[in-house]
Amino acid sequence: MSATLMDPTPVKSPAVMTPPPAGPTEPATAARELIRARDLSLYYGPSRALKSINLGIQERLVTAFIGPSGCGKSTFLRCFNRMNDLIDHVRIEGRIEIGGHDIHAKNVDVIELRKRVGMVFQKSNPFPKSIYENIAYGLRLHGMRERSRIDEVVEQSLRGAALWDEVKDRLHGSALGLSGGQQQRLCIARAIAIRPQILLMDEPASALDPIATARVEELILELKKDYTIVIVTHNMQQAARISDHTAFFYLGELIEYDATVKIFTNPSRKQTEDYVTGRFG
Amino acid sequence: MSSAAASTPSETLPASAGFETRRRDRASMVGTAITGGATLLLLLLLGVILGNILVSGLPGLSIRFIISGADKDMFDVNKAGVLPMIVGTSLRVILMTLFVIPVGVITAIYLTEYANPVSLTTRIIRTAVNNLAGVPSIVFGLFGLGFFINFAGGTLDDLFRPRGAEPLWAKPGILWASLTLAVMTLPLVIVATEESLKAIPVGLREASLALGATKLETVRKIVLPQALPGILTGGILAVGRAGGEVAPILFTGAAYYMAQYPRALTDQFMDLGYHTFILSTQSPNIDQTRPILYATVLVLLLLTFTLNVVAILLRARIRRRARASH
Repeated sequence: MSATLMDPTPVKSPAVMTPPPAGPTEPATAARELIRARDLSLYYGPSRALKSINLGIQERLVTAFIGPSGCGKSTFLRCFNRMNDLIDHVRIEGRIEIGGHDIHAKNVDVIELRKRVGMVFQKSNPFPKSIYENIAYGLRLHGMRERSRIDEVVEQSLRGAALWDEVKDRLHGSALGLSGGQQQRLCIARAIAIRPQILLMDEPASALDPIATARVEELILELKKDYTIVIVTHNMQQAARISDHTAFFYLGELIEYDATVKIFTNPSRKQTEDYVTGRFG
Repeated sequence: MSSAAASTPSETLPASAGFETRRRDRASMVGTAITGGATLLLLLLLGVILGNILVSGLPGLSIRFIISGADKDMFDVNKAGVLPMIVGTSLRVILMTLFVIPVGVITAIYLTEYANPVSLTTRIIRTAVNNLAGVPSIVFGLFGLGFFINFAGGTLDDLFRPRGAEPLWAKPGILWASLTLAVMTLPLVIVATEESLKAIPVGLREASLALGATKLETVRKIVLPQALPGILTGGILAVGRAGGEVAPILFTGAAYYMAQYPRALTDQFMDLGYHTFILSTQSPNIDQTRPILYATVLVLLLLTFTLNVVAILLRARIRRRARASH
């Protein structure tokens, strides 16, 4: 019924053929482009929260979205797994392609999309179940029934999120008994358990102390080998430390998008410079 | 008082502080006296009511009174018993719970999880639910008679009973009485469930949806288990309200006297509340029946209390299990 999003031979729709529209400069790399936003605008009722955004995100890199509060970076992030569908009065213009496929096309199964595009939220939100059940939940949703297989993936995912050694003796204890940083890593483990291709992170460390933040950052650098990561952050040092590319948003517009080093050392736009040097925002 | 201090900065601090302290003390004493007095009055009233029932009811209460069937002579102190009424009241409350919980919970789920919160339809439904809660119980009794017995029962008889046969459905019975009570207590369950659904963080729903769960899967596996204690609170309120109600069952199922226990959903039943009414108004000798009247009231109170305790224990158990996780 639904088209597979990551089909190796993408359907050649006219939009795919056209070159990316001219916009802010884009970082030049050899990596394959996985996500592409074309003239994406988003409206909350009458107000326009995102203004004609054009941007490509490359595979297996960490791309950071920065900008002052309310600039639309989180809203933009939530477009990639269509979480904005859940909000009333949201209207989207333009398109987002993942692997060359328009994710708003009629034949796209949102469930399949969200399986491919995992998400970690700002506030850690483990289910009030056991650590084991938190991870098994997503697996069962997607049809995994075999107990031994679930056990295996639970362990893999917890190892992948650098949490296994801390929780292996209390897998069946409540997830709410974990510390804030552990809860957030559990949420990451839960997201990677269903093997997404892309991992969206909405300020994943903003509620954590510096030590827990450092652990999550290490984890992100580790996960980069297998996943394409898009992260929204308010912490400029964090963006500088972990991301390869950085996009700066302001008032719903993409101001500048380039290699992180360039954004933080030699931005082309005055607004970007003012923001990254802390003169406003 | 901070604003008062701010507005008179010229006043010397010790004088102002001393004056304010005295006034505050007096004001707080008056407040304590008024609120405390009101509470005391309430406790006193409750004590008088319960004490009166206990003192006058206990002498008439005996094992024989509780476990014996209704004797034909229900006004005779030495023969009367209330077991059929206990059974009838329990049955109608349990049946009502079976009807009201699913309907109330599903309605609450629709209102909080699916309906657009600001749409006209949702507002109409909400207003209807609130108004339903304010309708006098006798009106529910008349509604039950008109809708369930005459309309629903009449239709069933027309469809499934031979022409001219005795009505089976179109007469008072425990099914109709329970349904009428369920309609009456529906708002309690809806509101309690809604409150508990609203208290569940949006983050949990988002987490589930982001993993690729459908809305229904999210409601079933994440939201509902969390809301269970709140749903049971709604059930407890409904049982408490319905347990002692007489008006809704007056025309829909309660019987003055029955030689047998109800055997089918269409049978009538005897009821503790209705029996209290009968004892206090129909007795040939009020003074002689007074002990059994009080004893019956005491049994009704104990029964409602027991049903509540059972529901509260169940809720506590579920909460404990939810906290301990599985």
